Amino acid sequence: MPEQLLFAMEVTLNGLMAGVLYSLVALGFVLIYKASGIFNYAQGVMALFAALTLVGLMDGQVPFAHLINATFGTDVHHFGWHIPALPAILLTAGVMVVFAIIVERLILRHLVNQEPIILFMATIGLAYFLEGFGDVMWGSDIKKLDVGLPQGISETIDTVTYNWFGYGFFIDRLDIAATLVAAILVVTLTLFSQYSKQGRALRAVADDHQAALSVGISLRFIWVLVWSIAGIVALVAGVMWGAKSGVQFSLSLIALKALPVLMLGGFTSIPGAIVGGLIIGVGEKLFEFAVGPMIGGATENWFAYVLALVFLVFRPQGLFGERIIERV
Amino acid sequence: MLDETEEGHVTEDGRQIGGVLMEMRNITLRFGGVVAIKDISFDIRKGEIRAIIGPNGAGKSSMLNVISGFYHPQEGEIWFKGARRKPMKPYQVARQGIARTFQNIALFEGMSVIDNIMTGRLTHMRSGLFSQALWWGPAEREELENREVVERIIDFLEIQHIRKTPVARLPYGLKKRVELARALAAEPELLLLDEPMAGMNVEEKEDMSRFILDVNDEFGTTIALIEHDMGVVMDLSDRVVVMDYGRKIGDGPPEEIRNNQDVIDAYLGVAHD
Ligand SMILES: Nc1ncnc2c1ncn2[C@@H]1O[C@H](COP(=O)(O)OP(=O)(O)OP(=O)(O)O)[C@@H](O)[C@H]1O
Ligand SMILES: [Mg+2]
Repeated sequence: MPEQLLFAMEVTLNGLMAGVLYSLVALGFVLIYKASGIFNYAQGVMALFAALTLVGLMDGQVPFAHLINATFGTDVHHFGWHIPALPAILLTAGVMVVFAIIVERLILRHLVNQEPIILFMATIGLAYFLEGFGDVMWGSDIKKLDVGLPQGISETIDTVTYNWFGYGFFIDRLDIAATLVAAILVVTLTLFSQYSKQGRALRAVADDHQAALSVGISLRFIWVLVWSIAGIVALVAGVMWGAKSGVQFSLSLIALKALPVLMLGGFTSIPGAIVGGLIIGVGEKLFEFAVGPMIGGATENWFAYVLALVFLVFRPQGLFGERIIERV
Repeated sequence: MLDETEEGHVTEDGRQIGGVLMEMRNITLRFGGVVAIKDISFDIRKGEIRAIIGPNGAGKSSMLNVISGFYHPQEGEIWFKGARRKPMKPYQVARQGIARTFQNIALFEGMSVIDNIMTGRLTHMRSGLFSQALWWGPAEREELENREVVERIIDFLEIQHIRKTPVARLPYGLKKRVELARALAAEPELLLLDEPMAGMNVEEKEDMSRFILDVNDEFGTTIALIEHDMGVVMDLSDRVVVMDYGRKIGDGPPEEIRNNQDVIDAYLGVAHD
């Protein structure tokens, strides 16, 4: 096989795995958007906050340590214990559920029937609040997150591909793990939404509020539910991204990568979010590989947006969105 | 005034009418300056078909919305099964056994017919998240039971041929029927129908009339319905409330309403569909 083709295959595989993370973040947006018509600007910050909380819990950090010390003249930082990854992840999921309940109580409940732009503004406020709150609670230094996921080059894939093609693919084991986790998450979510009572209620609310009310569904409950799920999806994305590049402010910027994914996949389609993420992931890696060297590289910064823009011109409703024809 | 314990009676066609199921007392509903309902009282008895009629904008839909918890009256009391009802959200009303359809049809357009009807079973599903996740037995049995009920309703309303069709693709008349099916799936004690036959052709109207009578007859469901077609109203209903400009101008059996001068005046020169 020609060398260029092998390189391209390797790049494609890596792109697919990067795309999985984009899909995850986009999925969080789609869930909330479908159920409540809110574009949740805070989704990225939620991922950051979840990752911060997870690290804090695992390391036994005292929350608000800085604040406590400044107020009481104490010098506390750590509880002196460590919580293993799995219970810490479950605890963090619990924190995200509490967060969802608070968001419903303090924000959503009071903004029922408001214009989408007002709800959007509210989530911008929420994002900045949560960002600051996360800082105050856990400190703003860069943290290392190690939940015990495998890291480094996968020797198996390297060897196997070397034996087949005479060229060993470089695939990070963390990426493989992330892909598996994301796949499990998506399958679980799909089963939940198709077959559980709450999932059915969720789809009903996403489809028609008035009809959903008439069959006995509580909108408030559903909002808490979707924000909880979005929080848990954010946690998973935060764990994966955090394990890769540390937990720091830039983690919240992955939300920006979700935007082109949403434009591609449509704001209301779960399969769209997944496929869209994969296309962007592969697209930007291949483009950088094939065209990058000719135009000075660093195309990954902008390629996704340009691709989404071009796509918007031809299919404004996204990959799986239905074409809306105005009734006249 | 009638009360819960009062003996019912048997109609000419042999249906059992019981005591008062729902009672509206001095309901007033305002939207800013518009008074949609002005101090109206009436009751609905167990097992009867109660019609609400009146010209456009009379406040009929508003009344149904008050009963189903979508609107909250500024004044008045609502009594259900002999107890005063506190202000309730629509989902709480639904869980009390009151199902409804809408004048403008509110279906889940993105779902199939059968999925739409399944949502009507939500109030009957007990299994929580965790039993569904961890303990499949009972959750699965429940799902099967619910499917059975839904299939019976599908047969009853003769919509087997569109079971799997996405609702968005159905013609208007069938949508109305699916909406009725979803309401029936809740096995409600009180069924509220807002113009179930609006926009239908004669044949569809006849079918719908037959279904409404059969539901009432076979399941003993109490029905309150809004309808413009006088012929249909006279055929179906046991008692009729007439509204005009938010006021009640008549209340009684169809033959009495037909000869009520206020009612005749209200309808004179008013175009109806
Ligand atoms: N949500 C609302 N906000 C403001 N005004 C309303 C609302 N709902 C109803 N109204 C007003 O209340 C009055 C009664 O309306 P309603 O829909 O109850 O009439 P209706 O008898 O059902 O009429 P139709 O036969 O046309 O369906 C109308 O003047 C209407 O404009
Ligand atoms: Mg009406």
